[in-house]
Amino acid sequence: MTVQTASHSEGSGLTPARGFKPRAGSDRFYSLTLRSVALLFAAVIALFVWSVLHQSWPAWSHYGFSFITGTNWAPSDEIFGAAPLILATLITTGVALLFAVPIGIGTAIVLTFVLPSRIATPLRSIVELLAAVPSVVYGLWGLNVIVPWMSSTVQPWLSNLTGGTGIFSGNQIGLGLSTASMVLAIMVLPTIVSVSRDVLANVPKDQVEGALSLGATRSQVLLKVVLPEAKFGILGAISLGTGRALGETVAVAMVIGQSPAMPHSLFSLGSTLASTIAGQFIDSQPMHLAALGACAVILMVLTAGVNTGARALVRRTAGAK
Amino acid sequence: MTSVFDQLPPDPMLERRRLIQEISSQKMGRRKLRSNLFMGLLLVAIVVAIIPLGFIVVTLIQRGAAEISWSFLSQTPVQPTLFDQEHIGGIGNAIAGSLLVDAVAAAVAVPLGIILGLYLSETSSRPAKILRGICEVMTGLPSILFGVFAYIYIVTAMRSYSAFAASMALAMLMTPVITKGAETALRDVPQTLREAGLALGARQSKVTLKVVLPYAFPGVFTGVLLALARAVGETAPLLFVIGNSIIFDWNPAHPNTAMPLMIFNYASTFYDSQHHAAWGIALTLVTIVFALNLVARLVAARMRREQR
Repeated sequence: MTVQTASHSEGSGLTPARGFKPRAGSDRFYSLTLRSVALLFAAVIALFVWSVLHQSWPAWSHYGFSFITGTNWAPSDEIFGAAPLILATLITTGVALLFAVPIGIGTAIVLTFVLPSRIATPLRSIVELLAAVPSVVYGLWGLNVIVPWMSSTVQPWLSNLTGGTGIFSGNQIGLGLSTASMVLAIMVLPTIVSVSRDVLANVPKDQVEGALSLGATRSQVLLKVVLPEAKFGILGAISLGTGRALGETVAVAMVIGQSPAMPHSLFSLGSTLASTIAGQFIDSQPMHLAALGACAVILMVLTAGVNTGARALVRRTAGAK
Repeated sequence: MTSVFDQLPPDPMLERRRLIQEISSQKMGRRKLRSNLFMGLLLVAIVVAIIPLGFIVVTLIQRGAAEISWSFLSQTPVQPTLFDQEHIGGIGNAIAGSLLVDAVAAAVAVPLGIILGLYLSETSSRPAKILRGICEVMTGLPSILFGVFAYIYIVTAMRSYSAFAASMALAMLMTPVITKGAETALRDVPQTLREAGLALGARQSKVTLKVVLPYAFPGVFTGVLLALARAVGETAPLLFVIGNSIIFDWNPAHPNTAMPLMIFNYASTFYDSQHHAAWGIALTLVTIVFALNLVARLVAARMRREQR
């Protein structure tokens, strides 16, 4: 504003000297640098996507659609069907969300609306710091703490409860899909809590106070005012957690048992898309590498899809305000 | 007096009021019960959330602190044998390797991220919007994909595992995070400041370097630290590009190792001594990650205070 009032005052008698060229705003070198770097980065990303697609091409052309539907993953026989891997990825992510979503949203609500801020603020910082703990540390903890606990306590208990049938049948060695799901649930919890807390904190205060003044109880305010208001944002938080769970590699690789067989219960060993790539990529034959590349493509499509959806949802809540 | 009232029929209004009070007190009780039940469930949720998260921290400190010593942090690892299982050396080369790999990654990602942030904050063209969307999607991609990328282009081309390949994979991971932080910080620079600089006749590049970037520095710095904190702890992109070495090596073209990778390798070996050592490395790593995060938070908090 100051610029506009200061300059262009007519009749001030200021005329530009001969040969003066306005330099400001037309810094070509500067804008060229910005653009070329942006272009370079876009090119690298394009190269990245193309390289993974190219890497996987032999697998797609050789196995076609049966790469996704095939149930046998046998690198030594050059038979590659990724269905067990996809299934293990979806099962572990699904079970993890089953635990992490209600607990995470509940925690976020308590941190935002229930606890006084002198308790809630430090707790929030702790949760956010835990979101930064490297995944390999969660894996190490899972391997040393969760695996023994699952095999000695949880798995026998679940097995007794159901008579050892259905999804709780099979050997109880601790490693496997159920343990991987537990570790994933703990890993995505901080993500879900911190993102949905940010969303909840943005719910307009006057709506909450208005409902309270009309005599609604706390649970009614939370269930009928706050959650509907924040639902897209919370869905976004869940999708971000989902993306993280789908692509988690090392922590899962450490506790899932790394066996690419078709899972038949929650106790069976398995191997997700990401953990298979991690475990088998080194020293593989060309066709095996191509098949792992195809796994990478499936993983990329899954996570990019979930993330795009998540961002759109979070933006929708932000835009609605 | 009383006899008159007794002879009258009961007052319908009074009767109704009594009924209403009775019903509403019943309902109030139910409403309160329901509300308390719900709040109870919420408290259960937070307790269930805190138990494992607190448990991790406690286990980490308990098991890790016993391992850490100066020789553990400075020596190179030794392969244990059946007869000498306790002699496993230290993790000095992994700390050095992490330092090297992350420094090279930052040297690429920081300028790249800041320039991209400048581009995104100053233009609102269609390509800029698409680039921003791509950056956002990239922050959510599994990090192992960047490892695949580095393997295809760098490991295959160099015909050797190398710290450089790992750095490039991490740089791919860091750049979108830095870009996001830089863009947000740069957008917060008041437009009047830029205009004042331009009105004084400065070139745009000069305004950016001398006015805009210094003003936005704390925000940009926070983004860089957060990206670094994420990169330091990443294992997946290193798995098949960094190789494995047990000596100090400062040459980026040679195979190297890093702290998270060493945890991964030690966690499932045959030797108990290495399992214990993994906790020591984990504590060291988490300390570094937390320190980076804390500094980032302090800078951000200070910035908020100053701008208010």
